[in-house]
Amino acid sequence: MINIEWKYWIPSLLMIIISVFFQGIINKTRAITSGRKGPGLLQSLKDVTKLFKKGAVFSTSSSYISQIAPSIYFASVLAAMMVIPFAGYPALLSFKGDFIFFAYILGIGKLFLILGALDAGSPFQGMGANREALFSTLVEPAFFVLWGSFAMLTGQSSFIDIYSSLHYGSDVSYLLGGMAAYILGQIAMVENSRLPVDDPRTHLELTMTHEVMILDVSGFDLGLIFSATALKFALYGTLITNFFVNPNWHWSLSLIIFFVCQIVFAVSVGIAESFRARARMKRNPQLILSLTSISILIFFGALIVMNKFL
Amino acid sequence: MVACVIKNGESTSIVNIPTVDYQDFYKAVIELLKDKPHCHCINYFAYRNSYDLKFIICIANDDSGEIQLLSHTIIYSAQIELMSLSKEIFALHFFEREISENFGIIFTNHPWPKPIRYAFDRADKEKNIYNYPFFKIEGEAIHEVGVGPIHAGVIEPGHFRFQCNGEYVHHLEIQLGWQHRGIEQLFIKKNKLIQRNILAESIAGDTVVGHTLAFVFNMESLYEIKESKKLSLVRTLALELERIAVHVGDLSALCTDIAYQLGYNVFGALRTPVINHFQLWCGNRFAKGLIRTGYSGYEFTEELSIKFQKMLEEFEIKYIEMAEEMFSLPSVMSRFEKTGETTLEQMQLIGAVGMAARNAGLKRDSRTTHPFAYFKNEKFETETLPSGDVYARAKLRDLEIKSSLKIVKNIIKELNTKKEEIINQRIDLEDKKMLPNTISVSITEGWRGEICHCAITNSESELIHYKIKDPSVHNWLALALALRENEISDFPVNNKSYDLSYCGHDL
Repeated sequence: MINIEWKYWIPSLLMIIISVFFQGIINKTRAITSGRKGPGLLQSLKDVTKLFKKGAVFSTSSSYISQIAPSIYFASVLAAMMVIPFAGYPALLSFKGDFIFFAYILGIGKLFLILGALDAGSPFQGMGANREALFSTLVEPAFFVLWGSFAMLTGQSSFIDIYSSLHYGSDVSYLLGGMAAYILGQIAMVENSRLPVDDPRTHLELTMTHEVMILDVSGFDLGLIFSATALKFALYGTLITNFFVNPNWHWSLSLIIFFVCQIVFAVSVGIAESFRARARMKRNPQLILSLTSISILIFFGALIVMNKFL
Repeated sequence: MVACVIKNGESTSIVNIPTVDYQDFYKAVIELLKDKPHCHCINYFAYRNSYDLKFIICIANDDSGEIQLLSHTIIYSAQIELMSLSKEIFALHFFEREISENFGIIFTNHPWPKPIRYAFDRADKEKNIYNYPFFKIEGEAIHEVGVGPIHAGVIEPGHFRFQCNGEYVHHLEIQLGWQHRGIEQLFIKKNKLIQRNILAESIAGDTVVGHTLAFVFNMESLYEIKESKKLSLVRTLALELERIAVHVGDLSALCTDIAYQLGYNVFGALRTPVINHFQLWCGNRFAKGLIRTGYSGYEFTEELSIKFQKMLEEFEIKYIEMAEEMFSLPSVMSRFEKTGETTLEQMQLIGAVGMAARNAGLKRDSRTTHPFAYFKNEKFETETLPSGDVYARAKLRDLEIKSSLKIVKNIIKELNTKKEEIINQRIDLEDKKMLPNTISVSITEGWRGEICHCAITNSESELIHYKIKDPSVHNWLALALALRENEISDFPVNNKSYDLSYCGHDL
């Protein structure tokens, strides 16, 4: 059931607004750290608008899967967006266990992206799909251990209830929030195929993960995928921001914190990508699994707060 | 049997080369090359001489700095069978395949009798680039990945076929020939020296100085011109600057492949002033128009000398800072180290030259072993590294840039004492004739490695055969070996770490 009252729309609108700038901020940061001017903040919006005006071209060897995959991927991100609240503003959709819905609706989108890549029948895309599936599978435990711990800590099971109960707790919740922010940031990097797991700028098919899967996608469909990627960043950014706002604060303060947090997130992605090299492909599973171990720390932290540890 | 012995850049009459029948030739070559790591074949080719087909092999001895020449002749007809030397001396496989492709000679027992470049005038027109006999491998978990011939970064064309097991590469087969232009034939067709000189500049666009130097050394020995001291200094200056520019560009490209942004921006920006100073000097960023037979296309003036000194000073400071940063960054090192390892034995087996040899500990540098130009009088110690991986290839570039900077600075200092001498006076060679019935062999050390050119004239002093050998000819196989049992996603960084020439191979 979707609420049509205006305040239910606020989180989604905020996410859409920030997603327009997100890619631009990352690129600008990367340009500045390397001594260049870089494109304007709205360049990614212009690129996507250009793509939306184009038609799509499909390989003759592909089936209807290739044609529906990008739309389903985009729809899945939109659906995931609907369950995220912000500060005092509730999400469009909210129900018990909606964080599970969040993970798996994104999973469905990814599944179709993978099927679409396999459908194109190119050896590169098969390889990319294989890598993306592996990385997504490995990142899942970190997400669920994290949210499971918070659900256990608060006794709630939907995003909005977890966030609101969390802030009535002790200061330790801020510490847990910090750790959670780090993990969610890293998950966003993996999910969006950024450094060190993947390199969105590479032109070499053999090293690509996400980019190679969308090699055959063009025009309007490509625009959808780019928009979905930008939105995904905003989604994770909002999940992080929620740890640092109190639902009882004035709306203007919450709004400022929202934009500051998102911009800091985007800038730190840009900086992290400027001064390091990408990890070796076979090291990636190790790297991603280490996120789960940090999640487990949150689990122990929650146990300590609840006096259930030892 | 005693082979005819010459030094680098010298010529000798064709009749001085002992001509024997194939059996003796076979034995002699094995004797000269087998289990002698200090000897390697720098060129082995055949050419039509009226009804005969004459084979000439040039073997370089790195200890004595001599080049040994041997030949044998057969009456030419198709379908002649000769015993392959490649079984014994594997490094000769390329040359035998080339001869076989061009003249239809069958080398029996050749381990890998495949075409190499599909020359226009090849013996068997039935064979074409689309029915290349690729290796096949079968199995449940095996899959094939084909890349190219169109390069993802739109550089040069080449086809790479990977036989993979999951993410791991069992074998990489490299199929080239897409870039074939028939440049050796063009050398014969164009009869003006300047035309040939310009052709030499286009053998490989990234090794203009290296290839053109090899060409002019041949011409100067055939026209009996002596290189003046200042000329040799200026030429070496160009050669070493080319090395610096390309090496820095390659370090930048290596950083691109591992997504290290700081590195690719800084190294990329450092390459620009070096090649821009070539433009200041000779109007071309790749030094085209600079190297000419008997003279220098452009004078190295006092004004240039000051500009170069200033540029190099700034370059060195920035370069050293960035190199230190990169080679101490853990994320970069973890990508470079133990990626694409090759061994000394492998490099000896395939006859690798230049950087491909030196990064695996094989000391092969014609600047020390077969000195030319400036290196004739100056002692030069070449750098080698033992590990043979991508790290070694990146680090070797770093070491070579530093040693080249030293050479360049010394040369500029020395040039300042020779201000009066003029070297850009054009020498007119139209009336002069080349030595008749002569073969000239020259070796230079381009940034990739040893470049060897051979020129042969007939009794009318006309050029009848021109043979070019780019270092890539040997080194492409090093890339294939480096990739064995490596991850397929490491191919780009390995490929870039060798940065071999497609057009230098395809000619």
